[in-house]
Amino acid sequence: MSTIIPFGPQHPVLPEPLHLKITLKDEIVTDAIPMLGYVHRGLETLVSIKDLDQMVQVVERVCGICSCIHAHTYCMCVEGILGIEIPKRAEFLRIIWSELHRMHSHLLWLGLLADAFGMESLFMHCWRIRERVMDVMEATAGNRVIISINKVGGVRRDLSPDQLRWIAQVLDELERELDAIKPVLTNDYTVKKRTVGVGVLTKEQAYELGAVGPTLRGSGVAQDVRMTGYGAYKFIDFEPVVEKDGDSYARTMVRFRELYQAIDIVRQLIRKLPDGELSVKVKAAKPEGEIVCRSEQPRGELLYYVKGNGSKFLERVRIRTPTFANVPPLLAMLPGIEMADVPVVALSIDPCISCTER
Amino acid sequence: MFDMTRTIIANFFSKAHTRLYPLQTREPFPNVRGNLFNNIEECILCGMCQKRCPSQCITVDKESQTWQVDPYACVYCGVCVEHCPVHCLFMESPYRKPAAEKVMNRLVQVQGPAKKTKGAAQ
Amino acid sequence: MALETKNIAKTQLQAEVASLKAVGYRFVTLSCVDLGDSFDLIYHFDRELQMTHLRITVLKGDTVPSISNIYFAALCIENEIKDFFGISFDGLILDFGGHFYLEEEVKRYPFCKVSVKEPQAAKEGN
Repeated sequence: MSTIIPFGPQHPVLPEPLHLKITLKDEIVTDAIPMLGYVHRGLETLVSIKDLDQMVQVVERVCGICSCIHAHTYCMCVEGILGIEIPKRAEFLRIIWSELHRMHSHLLWLGLLADAFGMESLFMHCWRIRERVMDVMEATAGNRVIISINKVGGVRRDLSPDQLRWIAQVLDELERELDAIKPVLTNDYTVKKRTVGVGVLTKEQAYELGAVGPTLRGSGVAQDVRMTGYGAYKFIDFEPVVEKDGDSYARTMVRFRELYQAIDIVRQLIRKLPDGELSVKVKAAKPEGEIVCRSEQPRGELLYYVKGNGSKFLERVRIRTPTFANVPPLLAMLPGIEMADVPVVALSIDPCISCTER
Repeated sequence: MFDMTRTIIANFFSKAHTRLYPLQTREPFPNVRGNLFNNIEECILCGMCQKRCPSQCITVDKESQTWQVDPYACVYCGVCVEHCPVHCLFMESPYRKPAAEKVMNRLVQVQGPAKKTKGAAQ
Repeated sequence: MALETKNIAKTQLQAEVASLKAVGYRFVTLSCVDLGDSFDLIYHFDRELQMTHLRITVLKGDTVPSISNIYFAALCIENEIKDFFGISFDGLILDFGGHFYLEEEVKRYPFCKVSVKEPQAAKEGN
């Protein structure tokens, strides 16, 4: 006999209203259907009343945690249609803040995962480390999460040499603190028991179902949009982090190793940061044409489709967020696992429902 | 198995990472977008901030000479500060205190900027 | 930098998508743009970080063949477009019937342009 259980939208481990209709046979999940629509705000339609520059602040609010990268991609699109080349320093600064965002997103997620399998102390530690990144953002950009430093044509704030030295110092401390929790995440019995071999997604499945970001890389596909070299990534050396197993543990390790990678990227950026202007003047821009831009968010590939109609309001902004692409892979991971593992597996794709529904 | 133990022991002997908030507050970082103010006597009430604001939280009324911001709708992005032609808008570091009632930040201009009369004379 | 798309007819869609899948493309997403009396549907595919776009133009009220039988991942986005624009997809694997995001009581297609009032009023009757 099978039972249908609603998982979410309110669930102790979920910070966001993810709703899955789960069919159970005894304790084993046989089928899962996503039910969305709890936080749909219709941000994409706001293009008809918010002009080009105001949309930057709107797209930042699609998702709090990756707001900087949303604004960056939107600005890339508009600059692409207008044919503007932004100063090199602005590109570097954008990426510095983007990578800081990646760090704090991954740390937040690691904490949430620890909380999901009941390891409160690891949760507290991750968030304590995250607070350092938040401090950097608050001191340099002016806000903690939605930092609003991107604008069409460049960036709105600069980093002084003092601030860069301070960031480098914080990164060293961050690395030390990450080293302290590394043995817990990699060796601990509690962590391994709940994640190893749970929610396996094979390489072929991941690719075919359109998984993105750490979900795809955790299954052994070395795909990272940063490799296309958008923004300042073309000046940076890095290798995408790949794990082979495709289970929740592999996805955790991808994110944990990406923290070190992000630290390394920020160090490189600080070392290579060129002097120059922060922005170019964009006067009365009236973009016309279509463009597709992609970028790598902490959760994976983000796609923006922007169409301008020759007025200061855009015709259409279409946002494909990473979690939206990761929902079908999640549905493939769930069948065959126990009900008690569903929260951990659902969290392992790092779901952001406010992103998904926009 | 005892991977966490070292960190936990270290935590016992180190300073607390949290603060007793209302009693103990942290100095805000400089240049933080904490609160929006207007130096109303220098304001020319042009309405540029109202036009540029992405959250429509600023209302400028030329007739009654008032400038009003809804601090609960403001998203603290600082766009208005950048677009102000006379630089009378500014962001201050300390965050707003928690409040039990919603109070609009409404400023009435009494005299107006001296510049304005000069400009009119020219 | 203009967007290079391959314009195809609605009937060619299934074959074209299947041939892209055969050479190892990954389905990224589908974008819908309201053009007034018709819709542009742009299918985005990716292989080794190179993108390919297919575009079909459909009149309002037409149905479009679903590609969710080829790429399962297309099911979410096709349901979303059905919600927002009212385009029906033939052969959707899992059809939420226009209530993927929206509640039962919503009778309008929220992403259709406000300027085209008559077709929208007509849709409300549907």
